[in-house]
Amino acid sequence: MFHRFANPTRFLRFAAVVQPWIAWITVILFAVGLYLGLLASPADYQQGETVRMMYVHVPSAWMALFCYSGLAIACAVALIWKHPLADLAAKATAPIGASFTFLALVTGSLWGKPMWSTWWVWDARLTSMLVLFFLYLGYMALNNAFDDPGRGAKSSSILALVGFVNVPIIKFSVDWWNTLHQPASVVKMGGPAIHASILAPLLVMSVAFTTYYLWVLLIRIRREVTANKVHALQMRQASRRGQ
Amino acid sequence: MESLSVFLDMGGYGHFVWPAYGVVAVVLIVLMIESRRSLKSAEAALAAMAPTKDGEEGSKA
Repeated sequence: MFHRFANPTRFLRFAAVVQPWIAWITVILFAVGLYLGLLASPADYQQGETVRMMYVHVPSAWMALFCYSGLAIACAVALIWKHPLADLAAKATAPIGASFTFLALVTGSLWGKPMWSTWWVWDARLTSMLVLFFLYLGYMALNNAFDDPGRGAKSSSILALVGFVNVPIIKFSVDWWNTLHQPASVVKMGGPAIHASILAPLLVMSVAFTTYYLWVLLIRIRREVTANKVHALQMRQASRRGQ
Repeated sequence: MESLSVFLDMGGYGHFVWPAYGVVAVVLIVLMIESRRSLKSAEAALAAMAPTKDGEEGSKA
């Protein structure tokens, strides 16, 4: 089934059908998530109202890692199997993942000030997230650095794969090193350690962030497919003129 | 009206909670607009180059 969408033209047809559905699902999920997060859920008994920042901070951070994992998989597929859509999917994912990483850093900073009374500490979790942000920027810069798009895609894919070592470091940094950041409380052995009234908005917002990602990803892949067609036509016209 | 100001105050943490939601809203909306605009301009470039269907034959300039 995956191979059927490997063809860019077929992908465009698939995207045209799916995109409006994803758009509506995203809008509805954000409306429900914001209602639950800002109005229906209680304040935390320790953190008070600041706990509401979790509903945007945690989904941003999860998506930052999710996008980077997707980026690394797409780069591996592109390098090994020369899959025609994999390079485009990787290129389309990077700016979205960079945006989520930026949001995780900024919202974390805004949450850190009232709770830890500092905007920033150079501990393992925060520093490795900052490294993730620079990995995204490095991937994007390297991808655009060559006149030949094929070479840019190849070099940046290798960078993305090497940088993947950072993902488990981020995930386990709160267990391996002393940190102000709290350890995992949703994805852990023995089930989530969060009350349902707080877990519900968190999960709804996380699904909303995920469908938002898919929505923008479809648009950006369509853009890359179209730009490739333009490039191919320009090359063909140039060679015709040369004859 | 009083409940609104209580809501906006966020137990004294409004200065942190609302900027967090604000920056998320701004970044996600700007990324969406930029992506759509970029797609539209690529589609316009393709339409200008290949008036015939599927972009198979460009203008014979």
